[in-house]
Amino acid sequence: MAGPRRWTSFVFPALLLAALEAWTRTVGQGSDALAPPTAAVRALGGALADGSLLSATAFTLGSAALGLALGALLGVALGTLLGLSRLATRLGFLSIEVLRPIPSVALIPLAMLVFGFGLRMEVSIVAFACLWPMLILSQAAVQQVEPRLLEVARALQLTPLQRFAWIVGPAMVPRLFVALRLGVAIALVVAVTVEIAANPHGMGYAMMIAQQSLDPALMLGWLGWIGCIGFAINAGAQALQRAVARRMGDEALA
Amino acid sequence: MKAAASPLGTVAGLAGSLAVLLSLIGLWALLAASGWVNRAFLPTPAAALAALWHGLIEGELGGYTLATLLRMGSAWLLASALGIGLGVLIGSSRRARTWLAPTLEFIRPMPASAVMPLAIAMFGLSGSMVLAVVAFGAMWPVLLATLHGLAGVHGRLREVASSLELGRVAFVWKIGLPHAMPDILAGMRLAMTVSLIVSVVGEMIASQPGLGQAVLLAARSFQASDLYAGIALLGALGFASNALLAVAQRRLLRWQQP
Repeated sequence: MAGPRRWTSFVFPALLLAALEAWTRTVGQGSDALAPPTAAVRALGGALADGSLLSATAFTLGSAALGLALGALLGVALGTLLGLSRLATRLGFLSIEVLRPIPSVALIPLAMLVFGFGLRMEVSIVAFACLWPMLILSQAAVQQVEPRLLEVARALQLTPLQRFAWIVGPAMVPRLFVALRLGVAIALVVAVTVEIAANPHGMGYAMMIAQQSLDPALMLGWLGWIGCIGFAINAGAQALQRAVARRMGDEALA
Repeated sequence: MKAAASPLGTVAGLAGSLAVLLSLIGLWALLAASGWVNRAFLPTPAAALAALWHGLIEGELGGYTLATLLRMGSAWLLASALGIGLGVLIGSSRRARTWLAPTLEFIRPMPASAVMPLAIAMFGLSGSMVLAVVAFGAMWPVLLATLHGLAGVHGRLREVASSLELGRVAFVWKIGLPHAMPDILAGMRLAMTVSLIVSVVGEMIASQPGLGQAVLLAARSFQASDLYAGIALLGALGFASNALLAVAQRRLLRWQQP
C-alpha cells in the first residue's frame, strides 16, 4: 500500500464523512442515530477532558492484554506439547474438538455467574477465545520445524530438553508471532464484544451508554475511536511480527 | 494446519482420546460433587445432561436452537451473497480497488458487535436489526477474501482473457471467480463463525428468542444446569456448522487437487 498513490486511500473515507456531515446538518438534523462527524470529534474531546476516554480505553486494552497473555501462555504450552508428541495429539484430540467450537460469547453468562462484573470476567472470556487459535498455531509451528534441524539434533544426540531449548524453541518463534498477531485481533474484538453485551466497563459499554442516552455524537465518536484503536493495534502487531520474522531470518513470514 | 490430518488413525487412538475426554468429565463430576466449587455455577454433569434432555424434549431449548440456527444461517447466506457481490464489483476493477480497498482494510479489525449500538439507534431492538448486524459483521471475511482472490489472478491469465477478447463479466465468471474460489470458501467458513458469535450477542442485547437469550436468562436466574445445556447446544451448533462447511470446502475444491 506504500508508494506515491497513498493519498488515494483517504479520498473515499473523506467523501463519506463529508456526505454524513452534510446530511446530518440538513435533512437528518436531530436524528437519534447519526450526528455530524465534527460533533462526534467534539464529543470525543469532551470524553478526553473528563477522563472517561482514557480510563475506558485503558480498561478495554488492559483486559484484552491480560486475557491474551493468559490464553497465549496456556495455548502455547499445550500446543507445544501436542506438537512434540504424537501420543499427546491423539489423546487430546476429542477433548479439544469438543471444547473448541464453543463460541466465546456463550461463556459470558457463565463468567458473569462465576466472577460477577468486572475485570476477571472479561479476562477469562478473552483468554478462552485466544486459547484455541494459539494452541492450534503453536502446534503447527512445532510440526513445521525444518526436518533437517531435527536430524541435526539427532546427530548431536541432544536430550529432549536440549532439543527443545536449542532447536525447536527458537525455530518456532517466528510462527508464534504470527499466532500472536492473530491473537491480538481476537482479544480486542472479544473484549469490546463482552463490554457491549454485558460488562459495564470499557469502551464498548461507554458506546452502549451513549446510545441509550440518545447522544449519537458521542456514540459515533466512540465507534470511530474503537475503529482507530483497532487499526493501530493491528498494524503494530503486524509490524512486530514482521520485524521478528526478519530478525529470525524467516523470509517467508517477513 | 492440516499437518495432523488424521490423528485418530487407529482404534487405540480413538479409545485413548475418548478415555481422556471421559476422565475430564469425571474430574468435573468429582469437582461438582465434592463441593470444592460452588454448585451455583458448577452443576454435576448428570444435572446438566438432564437439563439438556428435559429442555430439548419438553422445554423450549429445541425451539431456541432452531431460532439461533435460522438467524445464523440466513445472516450467513446474506453475508456471503453481499460479500461476493461487492467483492466482485470492487475487485474486478483496478481503479475501484486502489480507491476503496484501504478503507475496507481499515474497517476490517472493527468488532462487528461495535456496530450494534448504532444499529439499535437506527432500527430499534428488533430481529431484523440483529440480522442486519450479523450479516454486516459476517460480510467482511467474504468480501476481503473475494478481493484477495481476484487480485491474485495471474497476469498471464489476464493476457489470455484479453487475447480471447473476454468481456469483464465473462472474465470474472470464467477466470476470476474459479480462481478466487478457495479464498472465498475459506472466507465463508470464517463468516459462519462470526455469524454464530454475533447472533448470540444480538440475542443477548436485543432479547430476541434464541440460545443467546436462553443462556443469559439461565444465568440471571441461577439455573446453572440450564446454562450448561445452552452452552453445550451452542458448542454443537458451532461444531456442526464448521464440520459441514469443511466437507463442502473439500468437495467443491476437489477439481483443484492434482
